[in-house]
Amino acid sequence: MKFSAILWGIPQAMRTVAAIYPEFSERLKEKNITAQFRVADKELGRWIKLNNGKISSGSGIHEKPDVSLIFKNEAIGASFLTPPFDQLERIDAAKNFKIGVEGPDDLAVWFMALLARLETITWKAGTDMGNGVMRYTNGTNGGPLFVYVKDGKIIRTTPIEFDDTDAQPWSIKARGKTFTPPRKTTLPAHGICQKSMVYSKERILYPMKRVDFDPNGNRNIQNRGKSEFERISWDEALDIVSNEIKRCKSVGPGAVAVANGSHHQWGNLGHYLSAFNRFWNLIGVTKLVHNPDSWEGWYWGAMHHWGNSLRLGASEPYGTVEDCLKEAEMIVFWSSDPDATYGFDGTRRRSWAKELGIKMVHIDPYMNHTAAHLGGKWISPKPSTDAAFAQALTYVWITEDTYDKEFVEKRTTGFSEWKAHVLGEDDGIPKTPEWQEAETGVPARDVRALAREWAKKKTYLGAGGWGSGVGGACRGPMGVQWARMMTILGAMQGMGSPGSNFGNLQFGTPLDFNFYFPGYAEGSMSGDLAYSANSANNYQRMPHIVTMSSVRQAIPRIYLPEAIMEGRAMGYLTDVASVQGQFFPFGYPSPGHVPVEMLYKYGSASFGTMVNSNRWVKMYQHDNLKFVVNQSVWNEGETKFADIILPACSVFERWDISEELNVGPAYVHHMYSMCNHRVINMQHKAIEPLGESKSDYDIFLALSEKLDMGAVYSEGGQTELDWCKRVFDSSDISKHISWKKFLKKGYFVVPPEPEASRAPTAYKWFYEGRKKDVPEPAPLPSEYVNNFGEGLQTPSGKYEFVPETLGRFDDPDRPPLNKYMPAYEDPNKEAELADYPLQLLSPHSRYPFHVMGDDEGSSLRDIREHRVLVDGHYYLVARVNQQDAIDRGVVDDDLIRLWNNRGSIVCAAQCTDRIRPGVVSVATASAEYRPMGEPGKSTDLGGCVNLLNPSKSITKKSHGIKPNSTLMEFEKWTGVDTWKPVEPAAEIKEGAA
Amino acid sequence: MANKWNMIIDVANCDNCRVCFLADKDEHIGNDFPGYSAPQPAQGHNWIEIERNERGSYPIVDANFMPVMCNHCDDAPCMKAATNGAVKKRDDGIVIIDPLKAKGQKQIADACPYGAVSWNEELQLPQAWIFDAHLLDDGWKQTRAEQICPTDVFKSIKRSDAEIQALVEAEGLEVLKPELGTKPRIYYKNLHLMTQCFVGGSVVTQINGVVECVEGAEVVVRKDGNDVGRATTDTFGEFKVDKLEKNSGSYQIEVRGSGGSLSQTFEVEGKSPYLGVMKLS
Repeated sequence: MKFSAILWGIPQAMRTVAAIYPEFSERLKEKNITAQFRVADKELGRWIKLNNGKISSGSGIHEKPDVSLIFKNEAIGASFLTPPFDQLERIDAAKNFKIGVEGPDDLAVWFMALLARLETITWKAGTDMGNGVMRYTNGTNGGPLFVYVKDGKIIRTTPIEFDDTDAQPWSIKARGKTFTPPRKTTLPAHGICQKSMVYSKERILYPMKRVDFDPNGNRNIQNRGKSEFERISWDEALDIVSNEIKRCKSVGPGAVAVANGSHHQWGNLGHYLSAFNRFWNLIGVTKLVHNPDSWEGWYWGAMHHWGNSLRLGASEPYGTVEDCLKEAEMIVFWSSDPDATYGFDGTRRRSWAKELGIKMVHIDPYMNHTAAHLGGKWISPKPSTDAAFAQALTYVWITEDTYDKEFVEKRTTGFSEWKAHVLGEDDGIPKTPEWQEAETGVPARDVRALAREWAKKKTYLGAGGWGSGVGGACRGPMGVQWARMMTILGAMQGMGSPGSNFGNLQFGTPLDFNFYFPGYAEGSMSGDLAYSANSANNYQRMPHIVTMSSVRQAIPRIYLPEAIMEGRAMGYLTDVASVQGQFFPFGYPSPGHVPVEMLYKYGSASFGTMVNSNRWVKMYQHDNLKFVVNQSVWNEGETKFADIILPACSVFERWDISEELNVGPAYVHHMYSMCNHRVINMQHKAIEPLGESKSDYDIFLALSEKLDMGAVYSEGGQTELDWCKRVFDSSDISKHISWKKFLKKGYFVVPPEPEASRAPTAYKWFYEGRKKDVPEPAPLPSEYVNNFGEGLQTPSGKYEFVPETLGRFDDPDRPPLNKYMPAYEDPNKEAELADYPLQLLSPHSRYPFHVMGDDEGSSLRDIREHRVLVDGHYYLVARVNQQDAIDRGVVDDDLIRLWNNRGSIVCAAQCTDRIRPGVVSVATASAEYRPMGEPGKSTDLGGCVNLLNPSKSITKKSHGIKPNSTLMEFEKWTGVDTWKPVEPAAEIKEGAA
Repeated sequence: MANKWNMIIDVANCDNCRVCFLADKDEHIGNDFPGYSAPQPAQGHNWIEIERNERGSYPIVDANFMPVMCNHCDDAPCMKAATNGAVKKRDDGIVIIDPLKAKGQKQIADACPYGAVSWNEELQLPQAWIFDAHLLDDGWKQTRAEQICPTDVFKSIKRSDAEIQALVEAEGLEVLKPELGTKPRIYYKNLHLMTQCFVGGSVVTQINGVVECVEGAEVVVRKDGNDVGRATTDTFGEFKVDKLEKNSGSYQIEVRGSGGSLSQTFEVEGKSPYLGVMKLS
């Protein structure tokens, strides 16, 4: 169509839409504006004038337009404005100056968004259930759900029950039985509590300023966390924040630092790897480098034995559900509590294993939820000592000649050195079951019985929460030794042979692994190719503009407080491309960059999640930190340690699109194979944002406009709903269902892989000496020492009992030979620990997701195993051994104080025989921080157990935490706070070395 | 005979994931269902509560959980306590506390022997789990607890009383506090996990100077000379004999396996006894 005809049509379309849709006619009244369309190469164009909602228009060039959209020539203009829009062409036009925008940025963004709305306003979302009730869909970290809305209010949320038109699920035939998962999604506690979070009394509804903060005068930094806040307008808030960004940029590169948690609300667009990173790439900031949190021992240790760097050192998971159910005779859950943190799809599969009579063994100092539910043998080693137990298993196998000798001979290296060490030929200490008993407290007879049973029965080793890695013992002081031992056990029993593998039925369902839909770690609309997996698929599939931060400064996240307070911090990279990438040190400050002056905190409960968290409290009151913004949905423990608070809305109040548990490649490829079904869903904007809260995207867009970057940030006024459509178009789902149908219904179930073409079982290829045939694009081609696809990602291509890569580095805590080296806190070795006889475990909770959902207004608070209401306050639960409780005069639900030199908290006691004597377990589940006195220097009633945990790195030359055997004491709470911190000088130096 | 609603709860399947407890809160907090229930307070009311019962001693322990809610009794004490007909029994068996008529009647909450009726201080109302009657009346096929439960704890069934009695007999279902004669419509399977004890132990023997677990040993538990339970030790030499009444006094146990035999007595009080390491010779 001719360009001038298209231009003529635009005001006509606007009039028509305004006549039909009141929303649009209202929107026309928002601004009085004259917008000009024109071409650059001649006097041709059309202007549109909006005046109190009235549209007038004329052909030609207006003498004083507010905003102009300029196309290089007529052909480009015609193509740009003719639907269906070719996104690649549009991006090309924008990037290569074939189109341009003149006029104030916010007006231009507003006008372009108005044009886009001409199309999207006809879209319909949700299912009409009658009686004024609409049913929408949304997504949480716990899974997708239906959202029922009436009169603009959420009335209920439920799992998604599939209808007759949805794909039928897979079945597995095993030992004469057929198992098929129910046709619905499951939700854990933190998924089904979301309505209470949306309407929580702790929602932040307005922009706020600390009352004694004056950006142009006294900032009263020392009062962060203590002073009250006052409501301000969005305009004032955005002015203060954008002016501070500009001030910091004038100080020098890196003066602005941004900090986000490991997780965000679910969704592709609103994720920190998307909207957040896009904005900050356009600003240029000091980034926090996250340690491989939850993979510590696998990443820094296990990876050297078998590669898997693109899984952070954890095992490949394919086909293991079917193989386990068909072949396995025993599952050993080692520090493995999948029922705690990964929803309940896997719970169903484990019930099938129980039905088949597969034996279960659980190794964990705490008889965890999975163990309690499934039953079986509970073995309870002292925290952190598991590696000794594992070594003794190999001793029995070696001395009784019951390991897979053919596998060891053909597929591994270094076994003779390992064998000699286990037998004590090198150090004079045979690693016998009796030897380990002194360390672990596990009776030698149990070790022998387990070793023999394991050798006799085809066994799945469920190591860590997923069975294929992650969580638990890998994140303790000896987590590296433990995770390395897990791979050694797997190798000695011929992993990849039928029924012998890694897994606990949590991972590896027979789904379609070829159907593309992006996961959040693909960066969505971030344009960030450097710090996400965007380049793997997303960047080609969904054309969008690249963004890149020019600031090179970075801080190891664990040591942010040291960086701020002491001006330096040192860490090692999390680099998944290769095994040796983790040996690269980096430090703060960086050459040519300046110290951080401003911290933009995204989400707000890291006192509950970051180790030795009193450091974080003190950091916020340090003079070096001139300005702090906290952008958050809820008022939580850390929120008020800020100068400006920006209210973000919940995921139920904005548009997004996602797939359950799909994070994309780069760290957990095909993570959705934890689910029984692949469910891709719209995250409908079910209700309007509460108060004056805004979506993260809209907050960053508003800030962008203050810096004249709105058009760049939003790619020409794109809204979240526009981006949802672009994500949809980029994926394979668009081949199966139309956008309009999908938007209305809200979800799509990807048909499972037909039985004949299911993914092969993990490591079967390796066991049988064939090329790798599981559907993961890993390792990178350059990582194979042999031909492409041959062998493991190790220097030998084989499993290495004594890894060569560790021999190329010099970390004293990670010698190539995986010796047993006690590294837990030991009162016999350190005099200052003598007063602390108990060991602390601090796992994740099964109720909040990390700390998400533990809001003071949340319905989770009534769960007695999470918090207990005493005198008007909900105290976090501490699980203590029955005898330890009796010794201290403590009974169930008593308030107790737990403390050491680093921190002191008050909890409610749950006295139990489910934990071995001398051990206490408190979940890192508190979003609240409630110091009784001076913040950072007094007892916390909120229950941030990480106040007690150390901040030293898991090994000398790495970057990872090591809680899970921290020494502490507890007593019945007196109500009077006498605790004083002992300054951990040496510890801070460790991080800042 | 008219079909009426009943709920069967399998204690063995419950692992305290709490999603039923939360789904009920999701359904009622902030929602008014006229004729059925007024809104539940944001916190503090647990219309479906989960009770916890741990048995045994370290290291032989089990952890059991049981959802408890309004029993929709056929002979409900709350109905008797109510004035003004504030508590009504529907034809389908469901008991509804009328959110208008019950205002101010705290005695309705106090009358429940199961502690299943909460008192809403702000609204001055007794409130309880309504069997999702408003949803069933709207065409739902199951309750929200049943819909969301990932481990098949709940089964709501609409049957005649005669059919239910047959089911009770066939599956050994029990009700809470049957001695009160309240005739609950909530039935429990595997209730012994909450109410009874087990005895456990670890059987070992010495072979070539080394202590080993004894697998396959036969364990017999007797009371006054009569067999009350048998078990065979597992790979780790462990056994568990269940369903011993609390505070039932002394028992004899006999273990025979490779390495020899032993016999001893033990007492069952309130807690499930773990007999420790038992050495055959």
